[in-house]
Amino acid sequence: MTELLQQALTWQNGLIFLGWAIVFLFIVLGFVTYAIYFERKVIGWMQFRHGPTRVGPLGLLQSVADVLKLLIKEDTIPQKADRTLFILAPIITFVPAFAVLAVIPYTPSLYFADLNVGLLYYAALSSLSTIGIILGGWASNNKYSLMGGMRSAAQMISYEIPLVISVVGVVMLSGGLSLNTIVEGQGNNFWEWNLLPQMIGFVVFMIAAVSELNRTPFDLPEAESELVAGYHVEYSGFRFAFFMLAEYVYVFAIASLTTVLFLGGWHPPLAILDFIPGLLWFMLKFVFVVFFLFWLRATMPRIRVDQLMSFGWKVLLPLALINIFVTAAYIELFLK
Amino acid sequence: MSDKPEELSVQSSQNEQELSSDAKQPMAPKNIAEQTEHVVDTPQSRLEQLVEQLKHDIAEDVVDEAVINEVNGQLPTITIKKEHWLATARWFQLEEEWSCDYLRNLAGVDQGDELEVVYHLISLQTRREIAVHVKTEREQPWIPSVTPLWPTANWNEREVYDLLGIDFPGHPDLRRIMMPDDWVGHPLRKDYDPSDSEV
Amino acid sequence: MIRTEELLLNVGPQHPSTHGVFRIVLKLDGEIIREATPVMGYLHRGTEKLAEQLNYTQIIPYTDRMDYVSAMTNNYVLVHAVEKMMNIEVPERAEFMRLIVMELQRVASHLVWWGTYLLDIGAMSPFLYAFRDREVIIDLFNELCGARLTYNYMRVGGVKWDAPSGWIDKVRDFIPYMRKRLKEYDKLVSGNEIFLARIKDVGKYDAQTAIAYGLSGANLRCTGVNWDLRKQEPYSLYERFDFDVPLSFNGDCYDRYTIRIEEIVQSLRILEQAVEQFPSGGETMGKVPRVIRPPAGEVYARIESPRGEIGCYIVSKGKAEPYRLKFRRPSFVNLQILPELLVGQSMTNLITILGGVDIVVGEVDC
Repeated sequence: MTELLQQALTWQNGLIFLGWAIVFLFIVLGFVTYAIYFERKVIGWMQFRHGPTRVGPLGLLQSVADVLKLLIKEDTIPQKADRTLFILAPIITFVPAFAVLAVIPYTPSLYFADLNVGLLYYAALSSLSTIGIILGGWASNNKYSLMGGMRSAAQMISYEIPLVISVVGVVMLSGGLSLNTIVEGQGNNFWEWNLLPQMIGFVVFMIAAVSELNRTPFDLPEAESELVAGYHVEYSGFRFAFFMLAEYVYVFAIASLTTVLFLGGWHPPLAILDFIPGLLWFMLKFVFVVFFLFWLRATMPRIRVDQLMSFGWKVLLPLALINIFVTAAYIELFLK
Repeated sequence: MSDKPEELSVQSSQNEQELSSDAKQPMAPKNIAEQTEHVVDTPQSRLEQLVEQLKHDIAEDVVDEAVINEVNGQLPTITIKKEHWLATARWFQLEEEWSCDYLRNLAGVDQGDELEVVYHLISLQTRREIAVHVKTEREQPWIPSVTPLWPTANWNEREVYDLLGIDFPGHPDLRRIMMPDDWVGHPLRKDYDPSDSEV
Repeated sequence: MIRTEELLLNVGPQHPSTHGVFRIVLKLDGEIIREATPVMGYLHRGTEKLAEQLNYTQIIPYTDRMDYVSAMTNNYVLVHAVEKMMNIEVPERAEFMRLIVMELQRVASHLVWWGTYLLDIGAMSPFLYAFRDREVIIDLFNELCGARLTYNYMRVGGVKWDAPSGWIDKVRDFIPYMRKRLKEYDKLVSGNEIFLARIKDVGKYDAQTAIAYGLSGANLRCTGVNWDLRKQEPYSLYERFDFDVPLSFNGDCYDRYTIRIEEIVQSLRILEQAVEQFPSGGETMGKVPRVIRPPAGEVYARIESPRGEIGCYIVSKGKAEPYRLKFRRPSFVNLQILPELLVGQSMTNLITILGGVDIVVGEVDC
């Protein structure tokens, strides 16, 4: 893959890229299908319910059935909606979600592109999705969805900053923005990961990440008890599915990114466990992060808008800045 | 009413259909109460005292009728002329020995030839309770609003207005509350004709 | 100059957090509420009008449908009013049955409130926990009278069904079960930082305002006014039992929350004593004439429902049907303070405050 990327873009190479992208899209779709199943099961168990059990063995085909239903549903566009933007919005939301996955390294050899500005690429693209959400909220011509969209914009700006600043410490320690370099900078024991040295950064990152995902307790843009469904009130059928898809692809992306940045990527937690393949370690950590996100959803109430803002600017941002300062001082004093 | 003897105005409940408990009322304490007002403390004597006070403080003809509602835990029940109702309500609210700060219920009743509104007042401090009836004529009925005194009357008066058609001058926002805005008629009136006979 | 525009937003009649078909018209400046106008009547069934054509026993099922979360207390207020008018003695066993079902109902009603309130605030799990425990109570009622929501259980002069064998033991078993669960809930929710930040100092009012607006129940007691009709104007057998009236003094949503949780605890206390003292035998129906014809007159009976003072004003002309029947519905009265509380609050607090008032729209509209 790396060699192909170095070569000139010919028709043949382009088709190979496209082919791989489609293969990967299906992997991601598979993940989303079963992440939803997993979420419903896990939350179901936490709430003394069974979760899906009917469609297929153990309800395994429930999400498939749900997606099918969404696909064959009538596609409604409100009469007073801004048609072009209304159609564009789900696509604008989804495309960056998928595109950011290109820079995630799963194992030393399994990755799509090793960009030397990988982290920057991720942060820059992922914030584009907000535009889709705001557009969707605006174009629907619905007051609830407009408020959802505006909330989303405010939240995005407030939390993108601590999110990016919180990982600066990691970048300083590993000396590169490339995600491969960052993983390689971490060792084969869990104390050599970025998790412990960058604890503050990790906590800020996790909180900001949950907020970026618009998940409980930061699910204000789609707070169903206030804004009915927020920015996607008017969406139905496959357009709605696109929003949902984007949300879960972001779960995939953030879980991967957390694994890569703080949990040592493919490295085992102890050096003696090195014989287990790196991909498995990656998946294990990844699943744990995903589980953590779902767990939060079953536990937390929703935070209020003003509290969300003040928390982001008054707590998370200073903490992230302190983290940079401490890291810099540490590097200056002990690593030089 | 004002030309009647004083004791009659207390015991003069001719309106049998409304309060039949008159028959059960203790007759004896009345005479004693006349002699020694403060020594004997029965519901009846207290009611008479209240009527005297009202006549003195508000107007001579303020009370149309005053009875003790035996079945309802000796609840003093008085009927006030609607012209004096606002002043009486304020009196009940401000008079120290009553200080009725809590309007617990407000109900409109269609009594056939007249409409009336019944107020159940209570003071959370002194625990004194009273039921007040205010009557109004059937054509163009009105009763002064007590919303300025007890904000809780707001929606209750709107409900009475909606369902019985009584106007409450002084109410800040008198609109229909239960029925649609374009509804014709007032359903709780006895002569209301439901358009759908099957209901 | 930036020109801002007020946004007119209809919250409801179909909205997840208005607990039924209730509408509030909001004038919004951004997310800040400038004016709120509640609109109701979508669930108005004319119970009071219908009752004028029905005899008293026939009205009982209609009361079930007013406050459908707490049908037992509604049953009681009607039969209580008629019994007052007719001076009917209710056998002790029947009165015990009534008291037990009313207190169970209070627990169930508060559980529904607790679950839905947290759902409003965005926590999903407590809703399901609350319904799991409420289910136990509903099953008890189901066993008792065959209905799960609209019980039609009480009659003038007693109750329709005696407790099946073993039923009282099941109630007895329920008490420690619920106590254990309450402790769990307290750990899960009451200390949650986000939850506290959401409800503390929100929707505050003082005792004077509360009294002026005629609030009752937890909405009144959260301002420190000690007014629980079970204590202040005892009815049924409440005088026999030892229980406290939870009070607090801040008058915000948090206080209303703690009071309702504490009320569950107190209801369990009452239940415990009631189950202990439950008479082993006796009638469940008193001596009641074949046709219930209260003498001409009027009566206003009131009891403490989970939502506050529910009252029943009956004007009788000596017929089998009431001449006029008026219910004082606590949800309807308590809701009046809403427009005043909402001005200057954010859209999010609207949900917190509305949920904190604890309304049942079936009762608001009647």
